[in-house]
Parts: sequence; C-alpha cells; structure tokens
Amino acid sequence: MKQLTFETLIAVFEEIFGRGLFWAMVVTAAVITIAYLYVLIRDRHLSARKFLLAQMFMPMGAVASVIFVQTVTHSSFADIGGPVDWIVLLGVAGAGAVGTAILVYTIQSLTKGRQTAE
Amino acid sequence: MVKDVFSPSRRGFLGLAGGAAALSAMGAAKPATAAVQTNARIVIVGSGAAGTGLVNRLVQRLDGAQITIIDGRKQHYYQPGFTLIAAGLKQASYSVSNTADWHPSGVNWVEDYAAEIDPEAQRVTTQGGEKIEYDYLVVATGLKLNWAGIEGFELDQVGQNGIGAVYAGPEYAAKTWEAMDRFTDKGGVALFGRPATEMKCAGAPLKYTFLTDDYLRKKGTREDSQIIYAANNGGLFSVPVVNEKVKLLFGERGFETRTHHILTGIDAGTREAYFRTPEQHSVDANGIVTVTPATEQKIAFDFTNVIPPMIAPDVVRESGLAWEDKWVGQGWLEVDQETLRHRRYPNVFGLGDIAGVPKGKTAASVKWQIPVVEDHLVASIEGRDGTEIYNGYTSCPLITKVGRAMLVEFDYQNRLTPSFPGVIAPLEELWISWLMKEIALKPTYNAMLRGKA
Repeated sequence: MKQLTFETLIAVFEEIFGRGLFWAMVVTAAVITIAYLYVLIRDRHLSARKFLLAQMFMPMGAVASVIFVQTVTHSSFADIGGPVDWIVLLGVAGAGAVGTAILVYTIQSLTKGRQTAE
Repeated sequence: MVKDVFSPSRRGFLGLAGGAAALSAMGAAKPATAAVQTNARIVIVGSGAAGTGLVNRLVQRLDGAQITIIDGRKQHYYQPGFTLIAAGLKQASYSVSNTADWHPSGVNWVEDYAAEIDPEAQRVTTQGGEKIEYDYLVVATGLKLNWAGIEGFELDQVGQNGIGAVYAGPEYAAKTWEAMDRFTDKGGVALFGRPATEMKCAGAPLKYTFLTDDYLRKKGTREDSQIIYAANNGGLFSVPVVNEKVKLLFGERGFETRTHHILTGIDAGTREAYFRTPEQHSVDANGIVTVTPATEQKIAFDFTNVIPPMIAPDVVRESGLAWEDKWVGQGWLEVDQETLRHRRYPNVFGLGDIAGVPKGKTAASVKWQIPVVEDHLVASIEGRDGTEIYNGYTSCPLITKVGRAMLVEFDYQNRLTPSFPGVIAPLEELWISWLMKEIALKPTYNAMLRGKA
C-alpha cells in the first residue's frame, strides 16, 4: 500500500459494494447503533432477559457471517493457512455475533417497549 | 434479580453522537494543497491503469493545464482479474468497464491510437492524422502481446484443442476457463511456461499452473495427469527468495520443470508445442568450458496456456524514445528508473508497462509510479525539482490454489517489501492474501484509477 489513509479506505469500500450500497449499509449500521443506544438510554438499564435472548442469537450470527464471507470469496476452512487467517476468521465471526446481538436486542426493545428492571 | 449494569445518561448519548459527527467530518476533510496555475499542454498516450490514474491526479494538482489523453479503446480492462476469470471464479464482464467512465471532466479524450511520436517536434500524431503538440508527454501505452511471435498460433484457436490464452483479454480468459474446465474433467498433460521477454505480472503463469493443479485435485484427476512448466531460463521467478519458495511448492505439487525452454510455435491440430533451447555454456571446477548446443524441443499437451513474447507497441519502438542498448528488440522507454523521466528528453515520462525499468509491470507498480511521475511533472511546471522516487515496488498475490495466495512484494534490489510486515507473511500460503486478491484488489485498483489511492 502506497497511501493508506481514511479517505483511501472509504474509496476502497465504496468500490467493493458500490457507492449506494456501501453508504446504505453505513446508514443502516448507524441507525441500528443509534437505536440501540436510544433504547439503552430510554430504559436506563440493560435488560438481562433481552440480552440473554440476544446472546442466544450470537452463534447464529457468527456462523452466518463466516459462511457469507467464505461463499463470496470461493473459499473454505481448508484454506486457513496461518495464525493471521484464524484471527481474520475469528474477527469475522465476532463481528457477526456482536452485530446480531445488538440487532436482536434493539428489535426486542423497540417492539416490546420499555420494561422496568426486574 | 438483576441490577442495572449500564446506566448511561442523555448527556452521555449526546456526547457520543457529537463525537461520531466530529469523526465523520474529519474523514471528509481534504488536504488543502493549492492547485498549480499553468497553461502547459500535457499529452498522455494511453488510458489504461497508468494513464487514467495519472490524469485523475493531474486535474487535482493543476489549474488551467490543457490535458489531452489519447487512446482508441473504448473499453477499460481490469487485467488483474483475468486469472480469476480463467479460473471460472468470475465472468468476463468482471474485468470490463468503459474508458470514458474513468475520465475526469475538463480533459480532452482523443478516441484514436497514437501512430507517431516525435520528441524533437514535441508532437503526437494519431492514426487518423490528428496532430497534437505538447509541452509534457507521458507515455503510458502499455505493451504489445506479440502473438505473431508464436508460429502457428491464432487467437481464434483459444478455447479449443486444449489451448488457452489468459493474457489475451477477458473473453479469451473465459474461453481459457472452458478449455481448462474440460481438461481437468479428464486429466492429461498440462503445459505451462513464460516468454523470454520482459512481461507483465511474471507471477501469472505460475498462478495458472497452481490453479489448474488445484482443479485436477478437486476433480480427482490429478493422479492421471502430468503438469509441465517450461521455464524460459534456469529459474521460476526473478526474485531469488521467491524463486526458492516456488521451487519448493512445485516439488510438493509434483510439477515437472523444464528449464531454458522458449516457446516458438504451437500446432493446434496435433496439440504440440515447439521450443528452442538456446546454447548454454558452463564451467566446471577445473575451468573446462562445456558448451551445450541450441536445440529444438517438442512437448505434447492436452491443455496449455499460451503466453506470447511481450514488446513495446510499434509507436514507441519507432519514436526514438526506446532503449537501444538494453532489452534489444523489445523497445521499452528509456527512462530513469527512480524518477521515470526520459533520460534524453526531460519533458517525457514513461509510466506503467512501457517504462524501461527492471521491475514493475504490474498494476500495483503503477500505483506506486503514478505519484512519482505526478510529482516530477508538477515540479517541472513549477520550475523546481521533484523529490519522489520509485523503488521498483512490484506486487503479486501469487495464488497457489483457490482460497490461498502468497502476497509477494519486492523492489529493484529483490528485497521483500511487505505492506503488512509481521502480520501477513509474504512467503506463506494464506487465506487472508487470497481475500485481498478476491475482494480488496479491484476496489483498490478502481480507487487508483480515480486518483484516490
């Protein structure tokens, strides 16, 4: 890489997904994050019950994100070649798990409304 | 019973949101470099990766310059994608876009090919007879695939009789995949090699050998097959440390290497390839010189990837701008290898495949060359000296199977120059290197075309 600046990274991501889809994804992620922060602040606590359900979706999110990445890149677990590959794989799984948990938690909070601490 | 574990305030939320907004604003801020005022006439011959990437940067740096880009081809090819097309992983359309879509506004695109460059008169004449005068010239024509250098070979043979030609273009790469797919269903003799001239992406012939092996293994036909690699000289790759690694991998995969084989002809009917092995001299411990005479060799194949000799386009070879005492007969532009400025005509630069430098006929090299030519050209206009140096950086994601690659990067001195030292090992077959080739490379390339990387 000659110049790896923030602007270059944005340009690269725009090219990967197309400008429209990339910014749509950024906006979607931002909206979910803001909605999550909103329900946290609205409810003034993290509901353990909702969090438990959200956690149960984490493995699904992890597996789904790994399969997604492997499918679009024509690769499989047999291609893992070194420690850095495991880190990338775990990173993909982790991102999928956390993203899913936040999404599930937020959906529950928005649909079920405000709940008081048990 | 669960207590509150996280209790943020509204103020905290606002603070976070404000921080995020500030961050995004920072990202949008551009470095404020004032554009240089000039009325210089700049002509760029060729609108491939090099010419297009440069023109997009020049329009940002210069104000008032008359920039003309000359290229008759309406389609732009993303050449690093050819291997993926020929491996059945992408459609031919993956590598094709419109030349016009990459051009910035305010640039004059002459849709014709350059027929003559006269560096004394500072003038380029197109095939249609249009004469365009310049103050600065950037030669970025790319190179010529000299198919006529392979006797008996015609491009319309590609896709039949086990003949492939990955380099010939996206459609031919797709036809090569059809031939490779059919071959790997049954197995047989697969023959690969590379030309004896300078060539673009010297890793590509190796990649395609590895990929064919991978498909044979996946389809269970490797046992019934033989893979022959006919090297043009004694090695497999010009960088010694990479050469050793590739030799090891060739051994592991059971490839048979024939050295000093230069492809001269193809017989599509009998499926035979003809090679010349040049005369060789060797000296033993007693100082006795043994001369092995030149020979003609014939190798039968069931599948092959034909790679022709690569030379400079006629317009460059006839311009008087080419090296005369180096790469004789190939015609690469005589430029300084650090500044890419012509050694005899200081207002002429060479960029991309056409540059007569010992390394660097890859898109990744172009990415490193563009800022150098940009710097020296703009500096000249301003009446000062440029400072950027091209160190020969060349990169090759050397695919070793579908799903793995080695991210090989090196410079003029054959030193490995990893972009991610300590993270991505250059000589290890890794999934992450494959991910880069498959997902990140084309976007990075496109960003380069737009002058942003």
